[in-house]
Amino acid sequence: MFEVTQATEVYSTIEIAKGDVAAGEQAADFVVERTFRVGLQEQLYIEPQGAIAYPYRETGNGKRETGVTVVGSLQCPYYVHRALKRALALTDEQAVVIQAETGGGFGGKEEYPSIVAIHAALLACKAGWPVRLIYDRHEDLAATTKRHPGVISHRTAVKKDGTLLSQDIYIVLDGGAYCTLTPVVLSRAAIHAAGAYSCPNVRIRARAVATNTPPNGAFRGFGAPQSLFAAELMVEHVAERLGMSSVDLRRKWMLRVGDTTATGQNLTESVSAELVLDAALRAVAPNRLTAQPPIRHGRGLSLVFHGSGFTGSGERKLSGTVAVAGLANGTFQILTASTEIGQGTKTIFCQLAADALGVGLDKVVLAPQDTSLVPDSGPTVASRTAMIVGRLIQEAATELRDRAKREPLPLRVEKTYVQPDSIHWDEATYRGDAYPVYAWACTIADVDVDMTTGEVRVTDVVTAVDCGKALHPVMAEGQIEGGSLQAVGWATIEEIKMKDGGYQNDRLATYLIPTALDAPRIRTILVENPYSRGPFGAKGIGELPMDGPAPAIIAAIHDATGVWLDEVPATPEKVLAACTSR
Amino acid sequence: MRDVTYLRPRTLSEAVQLYRTTPGCRPLAGGTDLMVMLHARTLRPEPRGGAVLDLWSLAELKGVRRLGDILEVGAAEPYTGIIGSAEVQQHLPALAAAARTIGAAQIQNRGTLGGNLANASPAGDTLPVLLAYDVVVVTDRRSIPIDRFFTGYRKTALESDELITAVRFPIGRQVAFRKVGTRAAQAISKVVLAVSLTPARVAIGSVAEVPLRAHRAEAALEGGDVAGAIAAVADDIRPIDDVRSTAAYRRAVTQNVLRGLLDAFARG
Repeated sequence: MFEVTQATEVYSTIEIAKGDVAAGEQAADFVVERTFRVGLQEQLYIEPQGAIAYPYRETGNGKRETGVTVVGSLQCPYYVHRALKRALALTDEQAVVIQAETGGGFGGKEEYPSIVAIHAALLACKAGWPVRLIYDRHEDLAATTKRHPGVISHRTAVKKDGTLLSQDIYIVLDGGAYCTLTPVVLSRAAIHAAGAYSCPNVRIRARAVATNTPPNGAFRGFGAPQSLFAAELMVEHVAERLGMSSVDLRRKWMLRVGDTTATGQNLTESVSAELVLDAALRAVAPNRLTAQPPIRHGRGLSLVFHGSGFTGSGERKLSGTVAVAGLANGTFQILTASTEIGQGTKTIFCQLAADALGVGLDKVVLAPQDTSLVPDSGPTVASRTAMIVGRLIQEAATELRDRAKREPLPLRVEKTYVQPDSIHWDEATYRGDAYPVYAWACTIADVDVDMTTGEVRVTDVVTAVDCGKALHPVMAEGQIEGGSLQAVGWATIEEIKMKDGGYQNDRLATYLIPTALDAPRIRTILVENPYSRGPFGAKGIGELPMDGPAPAIIAAIHDATGVWLDEVPATPEKVLAACTSR
Repeated sequence: MRDVTYLRPRTLSEAVQLYRTTPGCRPLAGGTDLMVMLHARTLRPEPRGGAVLDLWSLAELKGVRRLGDILEVGAAEPYTGIIGSAEVQQHLPALAAAARTIGAAQIQNRGTLGGNLANASPAGDTLPVLLAYDVVVVTDRRSIPIDRFFTGYRKTALESDELITAVRFPIGRQVAFRKVGTRAAQAISKVVLAVSLTPARVAIGSVAEVPLRAHRAEAALEGGDVAGAIAAVADDIRPIDDVRSTAAYRRAVTQNVLRGLLDAFARG
């Protein structure tokens, strides 16, 4: 494998600058430097990649017409639609993409299904017959995109009292051999790299490079877990250098209303670092101090934020559209391309529409995610579905209710996203409002470390989350629980070793994820600090739970063993070696 | 798979007869190894048109029986039966402990000692336990002491037409067991140990091309030298770097876990 820090082929670079880092360092009592590494991760959705392609499309009366229909396990019907149109020179109507029931995506079904769909469609066109193309798990693990590994270096300047003077951050993400959504992943990584903290002088340089591995791509968190891992552990290292509690240091640094982020975004509402920190600290019992050798207990904490929705002007460019229709039989239909992939979209969309229409939940149905039926509400990614698309549904349903008082059914109301004038983003300079709003989380992780084997058992994960408003609290907690466990796996045992540019752990016998027996007790505390433009104040939380657990677990391992690992996964091999060489 | 002939004998003697007379015949017990290999095509039945001999339903290969000072476990008795056997729980707790670490419930319902032996993976979870108990592997024609059973990487002392029928354990030996597999279930071992003090037995899996007895460590233990045994075990094993772990980790963990098991013995 090419060493990522030595790679010379660059996919994209980003520089974010705020204030004057050199001046910050000159005024400092301490400058702390540290380098962090994060590893590959497989999304491991339930069913592998797969699609069925038909060399025709069916119109309403069952008549077959020229075109291609693809039914597949996917997150973003209109991404696949666009890919098919381009690859097979089809018109909007000729390409039809239908989402099959999908058991999780985590970003792995964002981009890759376009490849599977084109392959299946080409074969179907050649054969003149439907073609089913379903990867087996080994093929899926060996070929599909993974979370970007990376190397992230920090230089942080502080005064003796902990005052944060400057952050100088350098990020290198490994894009693999071909460019996927890598530049966009790099963007989110860079924007989150300074962490949930207010610093007057910040420089963030980020580059995504080419190496000789299969390409890396979208994965829940989309670069933010990587850069926040480094940012959070950096707080720990600075606190250690200062001889301060890292919780006190976070309290000193954390973003509050009126503060500006690294991109110069002035945070005006729904800023909840302090709320979630206090809520998490209140929720946990005092740390256990004793353990039976060879087991040692440890506890660690992290504080993170995650931008809801697309970065910068993404939502404006996308102009996501939904429709709500009132049918003649008195029921209502929601038309959106946003997919249910296990996160609860079907339920909360119907809740939002029913509430706005003033009807029971049983009167509202979601139209199938079929591009011949529904408008393009944008991809199901970027923690945007509840907040952006949910709000559009709420607005459309509200208007429909008003019109239905005056006009007879059937009626149909469409709504398209309009970026508020108050959001300003400059793509060229990376200055301005990177996200409409942020969701916040504080995670406290408890671990047991077996000093004879280096095995880390994460026993408890407590997360306080501000998602603005939990539209469906049970499902919101489910998102946090699932994301937390996925993060526990990334932090501890999910490891891919490379050989000649390929993955060695390309089977479930060798790529290990936590089982039910490995899962910690996960507790979620929902803190609701509403966002004025979210439906009932809701913000996105799909990706947020991926951010916090890894640094909290590494801090907990340090608490237990006295050893800093500064990398994930903290496999037993690495933990034991670090403890032994100490 | 379509070319494979499926043979299902009704009795052990019929099975033995079929196995001797059918070329390219593979015994099938629970299928937890064979089906994986066939599916992944790491094993192809040879010659083309080979056969699978299904031993699963043979009553003679099932059950746990007390024979005087011996406990005999049928070669095709699944781990679930072994774990649930009162005799095993009472006399062979280390075997029950090892069986509980294998795969998940579905695998334990199908996996067998005969299969674990015949597959002869260096990572086979029960194999160090069998070595520490000095079991005897009973076949259709003879008895093979376990310390002469594993002859090389995935090679055994079995003749090409010889079937395992049972495994005989001596009663009254104290054996301690520990598997290190990185997660709490469904993991292939990185290091797996079974240890007895009297007689001194240190048996280890996943640290060499075969499940092995650590003879230098055993010699030190016979002399009561615990520290010497822990030092010596590093010379007994031949671990490698592979997809699951590293040689250095396996070496360190072998010593650490051996120390832990011996300390536990000392504490009673």
